[in-house]
Amino acid sequence: MQSPAGTDGVQQFISFTIGDEEYGVDIMAIREIKGWTATTELPNTPTYLRGVINLRGAIIPIFDLRARFEGRLTEASARHVIIVVAVSDRVIGILVDAVADIITVSSADIQPVPELERNEHASFLTGLVTVDGRMVALLDLHHLFDLDLASHATGVAA
Amino acid sequence: MTDDQGYDLSQFKATYFEECAELLATAEETIARLQDGMAGDDDLNAVFRCVHSIKGGAGAFAFDDLVHFAHVFETALDALRSGRAELSPQVADILVRGTDVLGDFVRAAQDGSTLEADHGSDVLAHLNALIGGGAPVAAKPAAAKPAAPAAAPVTHAVWRIVFTPRPGMLRTGNDPLLMIRELETLGTLTIQADTAHLPALGDMDPAESYLSWTFTLVTDKGRAAIDEVFEFVAGDSADVGIEPAGEEGEGWGLFEAAPAAAPAPPSGGEEGDGWGLFEPAPAAAPSAAPQAAAPKPATAPTAAQQAAGGGTGVHTASIRVDLDKIDRLVNMVGELVITQAMLGQQASGFTVESHPELIQGLQELSHHTRELQESVMAIRAQPVKALFSKAPRLVRDLSSKLAKQAKLVMSGENTEVDKTVIEQLSDPMTHLIRNALDHGIETPEERMAVGKPAEGTIHLGAEHRSGRIIIEITDDGRGINRARVLEKAIEKGLVERGQQLTDEQIDMLIFAPGFSTAAEVSDVSGRGVGMDVVRKNIQDVGGRVVVQSTPGAGSRFILSLPLTLAVMDGMLVAVGNERYVLPLTNIVESFRPTAQQARSLVDVGDVLTLRGQYIRLLPLHGIFGIRGAITDVTRGLVVVVETEGGDRIGLLVDELLGQQQVVIKSLDSNYRPVEGISAATILGDGRVALILDVSALRHMAGLAAEAAMAAQ
Repeated sequence: MQSPAGTDGVQQFISFTIGDEEYGVDIMAIREIKGWTATTELPNTPTYLRGVINLRGAIIPIFDLRARFEGRLTEASARHVIIVVAVSDRVIGILVDAVADIITVSSADIQPVPELERNEHASFLTGLVTVDGRMVALLDLHHLFDLDLASHATGVAA
Repeated sequence: MTDDQGYDLSQFKATYFEECAELLATAEETIARLQDGMAGDDDLNAVFRCVHSIKGGAGAFAFDDLVHFAHVFETALDALRSGRAELSPQVADILVRGTDVLGDFVRAAQDGSTLEADHGSDVLAHLNALIGGGAPVAAKPAAAKPAAPAAAPVTHAVWRIVFTPRPGMLRTGNDPLLMIRELETLGTLTIQADTAHLPALGDMDPAESYLSWTFTLVTDKGRAAIDEVFEFVAGDSADVGIEPAGEEGEGWGLFEAAPAAAPAPPSGGEEGDGWGLFEPAPAAAPSAAPQAAAPKPATAPTAAQQAAGGGTGVHTASIRVDLDKIDRLVNMVGELVITQAMLGQQASGFTVESHPELIQGLQELSHHTRELQESVMAIRAQPVKALFSKAPRLVRDLSSKLAKQAKLVMSGENTEVDKTVIEQLSDPMTHLIRNALDHGIETPEERMAVGKPAEGTIHLGAEHRSGRIIIEITDDGRGINRARVLEKAIEKGLVERGQQLTDEQIDMLIFAPGFSTAAEVSDVSGRGVGMDVVRKNIQDVGGRVVVQSTPGAGSRFILSLPLTLAVMDGMLVAVGNERYVLPLTNIVESFRPTAQQARSLVDVGDVLTLRGQYIRLLPLHGIFGIRGAITDVTRGLVVVVETEGGDRIGLLVDELLGQQQVVIKSLDSNYRPVEGISAATILGDGRVALILDVSALRHMAGLAAEAAMAAQ
């Protein structure tokens, strides 16, 4: 890494898009980025869980972020992207439209999520940054998939 | 080192001393266990074998001092294990000192130094006292005899041959006498006939051979020469067990084939008559093994193997390997299985006519892959003995703590199972034994009052059954108090008052989280975290636990686990666009039902009649919500599967795609368990397929039916 958190707390994120929205995930959590491959569906699980894929011998779940946020399934094609990330001790894939950028921001530039925006999403947004005039929402994947990855979670079909 | 016997011996000596170091360590470790009061015949035998092996090698290299001391030590151990002397803590201390002195002698031999003439004489005196009145046990050089070939590069080997004609051998024109004469030409032959199977004269069939023999042959001819003698009968019309009794190297594989004939180490006192131990010539059939060399029937095969390894100075040709390396091997084989399946799939369009070599090659590949995989799994397989060996102490400690009397009976300790499974079994087994003692076995007074022996019995057994390992923990205690369990369950809100439960359902309540009927929390059990943890641990590795209980007569817990956690045989089935794997061990049969066979019952759902029996029909697409599946029973296929509990259900699928070996991959390592799915696997095309959990499916269907009923 060329710029780990220094005295000014510089962080790097990979940003990606879902429709017109742009989100960022801590680059340190990302394991790899691959094209969409067909999944094997898991029965009686939330619809935003698209199923599982074989990642070089490991079985990893793929979550559809659009479905998670908007309740609408992504019509996945070869142009769509799976970002493989580590969440705690698990490895999962998130389905997004496209990878946008690698962004480097200092902690000071990360703004808190406005109170008014505090809806269901807000708890897994750690902050907002503006990059070249675009707003990027920084995601906390731990929070986002906490329930899904906990072994006692009950599958709530959306 | 001065070595007047030739340079090539030094290498054998080096090996010998390496072995000695290991043997001494083992002996020390084992004696430490004896000191702890964990004495078992096995432990004494283990020490005996260590000392005996050291002695054997020493004889070959003519380390006379070492031989002398080892011999006395060994004889004392023999006295202990045969019960002629008693193992007390003092005696155990002497054994520890004996091991130290033995180590001194070994080191002296290794450095070529000389110890004081009376080194270890005090220990020697103690040992002699043990042997019984200090009987003169001058070091007979006898040990050198069986041991000599152990290290010497040439010379005479001692073979033990157990020859048991099967019925009808004489009629095929094979005369044992001719074979015996032929054996005699090979070397020095000692013969013992076993007449145990001779019938009364009136019942005797003159055309049958009722005798069997144990030969001890000292010969410089090789194994092949002996094989030749029995060429026409071995395996066919007679059981022939041939194994070296003093030759290095070749021993191992053989003992497994014919454990009955495994030599017990000739003990000190009996060396004169050589192989006296074998007198009851165990009718060489492997099934007769338990009465063979080892003193404890249940553990005979392994004990005999070890005896064979240790007793004759043969060092066990084994190496220690880092488990990681084996795991890597297992993973690689797993990948190979997948690749092989993929190739098979790719070639499914070709026929033998069009591509004979390809098809044949693929068949061989599949053959070899399977064999490779089995071999690799065998490396990881271990007898459950390692697990069971904790039990005696547990039972003893707990019964004294709880003021109860209980004895432990074990069976099937040599049942082999994958190491990872053994690790997973440890905690559940401990819990269940605790539970049996705490809740099951009554106090001696209570037992006497109901006419049971004061001492309770806990039986711990292991066996292989249809591709799984079954561990049973049975006690003859009071059984499950169903009334109290039910009351407690209602109190804890696990069951609603007035709900009708079968006895089995009530019994299974003890596995519910947070359930404990112990009136007071003891430090033995009763924290209410025991049984649900047991169930969880077992389920985590694809196993199940079932309890059977008879009030007043005891309970039986049956744990059923897969033999390996890595690979299994499965049947690939299609439902809609999805493919699932059904464990082959669950499948009974499959058929396409006729309209007459399918019925719909109001309360139960769909049922099928099959040869006069009704079985529950579970449409997989319904349970899993799969789109595009065949919903018409008469157009789909019903796979009859059996759950661990023995229930049969029919699963409706679209079609069977074929049988294949699948590598089991965990779903919850990156996600979480999914109900009805035990694990996942990767198919030949790289896609993931889910492995069905039949028992869980049945459970889900049951819940669905209940929900449907409730809704009405």
